[in-house]
Amino acid sequence: MTNTLHRYGNAESFRDDYIVFAIPGRGRNDQGCVPKLKRFLAMAVPFKPVNLGDSRHGGALRPSQHMNPSAHWRRNLAPDFQAVIDGVDAATTVAAVFDNREAAEDFLKAVKEADLGLSINVSTSIEGAKQCCCEATQPRHSVGYSLGFEGKTEKLPSTQVLTIATMCGHGMISASFAKKMIDWVKEGRRTPEQAAMYMAHFCSCGAYNPSRAKRLLEEARHNTK
Amino acid sequence: MGAIYIDPVIKRATVDNDECVECYACFNGMSQEHLNPTLVRMMRRLFQMMRLRFDPEPDVCPTAAFEPEELAWPRVVRRAFSDPRVPHESTGVEGRGTEEVKTNDVSGRVQRGEAGLTIEFGRPGVGVRFHEIQRMTRALAQAGVAFEKKNPVTTLMSDVAGGEIRQDILNEKVLSAIVEIKVPIARIEEIIALVHEIERQIDTVVSIGVGARCDENGEEHDVFAVLERMGYKLERAKTNVGLGRVTNVTQAATNAPPPAA
Repeated sequence: MTNTLHRYGNAESFRDDYIVFAIPGRGRNDQGCVPKLKRFLAMAVPFKPVNLGDSRHGGALRPSQHMNPSAHWRRNLAPDFQAVIDGVDAATTVAAVFDNREAAEDFLKAVKEADLGLSINVSTSIEGAKQCCCEATQPRHSVGYSLGFEGKTEKLPSTQVLTIATMCGHGMISASFAKKMIDWVKEGRRTPEQAAMYMAHFCSCGAYNPSRAKRLLEEARHNTK
Repeated sequence: MGAIYIDPVIKRATVDNDECVECYACFNGMSQEHLNPTLVRMMRRLFQMMRLRFDPEPDVCPTAAFEPEELAWPRVVRRAFSDPRVPHESTGVEGRGTEEVKTNDVSGRVQRGEAGLTIEFGRPGVGVRFHEIQRMTRALAQAGVAFEKKNPVTTLMSDVAGGEIRQDILNEKVLSAIVEIKVPIARIEEIIALVHEIERQIDTVVSIGVGARCDENGEEHDVFAVLERMGYKLERAKTNVGLGRVTNVTQAATNAPPPAA
């Protein structure tokens, strides 16, 4: 889940981006971890996550291999959280994504109480994660800082595109596709919500945040820079 | 990557195999309709002739045109580093195959006074070839840095002490790959300066992550201070909350939990 570390944006832009994930350590606490991973995901649902996912099967919005042409007009773009929970079948990383700090804090408290024994991480702004740990009265164990992007940065797309595309740190949402979705929203061809959901289908681990994407697309609509 | 394009001669979507990193995003991410390709092409030409724009769902492949290929060595390396659904055989971890400080509460990998650095090449969305990564690993090896053993790039080295990567994969392009090292806090500045120097010699982007152990109150000032002094404005981090514990029967019986350092 380094895939959640290098999201582009300043701390303020992560106000609606809180990823809480559970990971079993190979050879340390991975024996019999599947029920615990399922429980972690099921526990997240009452706190109204905007996405759930596991690294092997993807998030709550998945592509369909058997669509028919009517889907172009009548398509179900609702997340299926139960499919994610049911789909966990091996030791893997599972994630719950929230678009507000209160929900992430409450979920973290519940996870602490459940005492699953898995490594639990929070990926967001440094301060946001600190506050979550503080609320859960759990001192941080370790922290991994992002230093951002360096090197041949001239190869990178615009910051607007980067902010959206880097929400899939695995790189499954291409910059060209994110740019296309921004353009379509600006042209009024799709709503921010629809465009955000299309991109969610490409995320292979469920850490993509459709709520933040929707906000960014809404902002892009009025921002010509 | 821009590996898929419409070939102007045959007028069909074509994959540039040299640029393709085998991420399978096209195959795994697109929904499929399984329509007749001849019919679809005919309709598109008809709309084009009449200057009409069809406005289909952008994430749907109408003809299910993508077929995964059987990959052989060394090309299979591309998929291992680019398709996050495939676990790395060396570590058993999906994605980029690294645990870093995400499991530090059970592994004790990074202790106080140390920093775990992840140097990731090609991210976001630019890609990298292994000969570019080798420039960095050689320079880091010369600086006397030890590479994390449980890391997919390390497992592909022919000479870990020299930072040499296997010859037969040097020209393979992947979406991104992470080199993991651990250094004393006192060496962070020197190592990051070295990384900056090599960054100028390679044709891709680099993302650096720095992992550190917090104190008993959950505070971490040492690494943070060094990075701020270097001019980094730290905005985002992933935080290991510290709820993990060793529960595997064999491991718990033979190994004590990592020292609380």
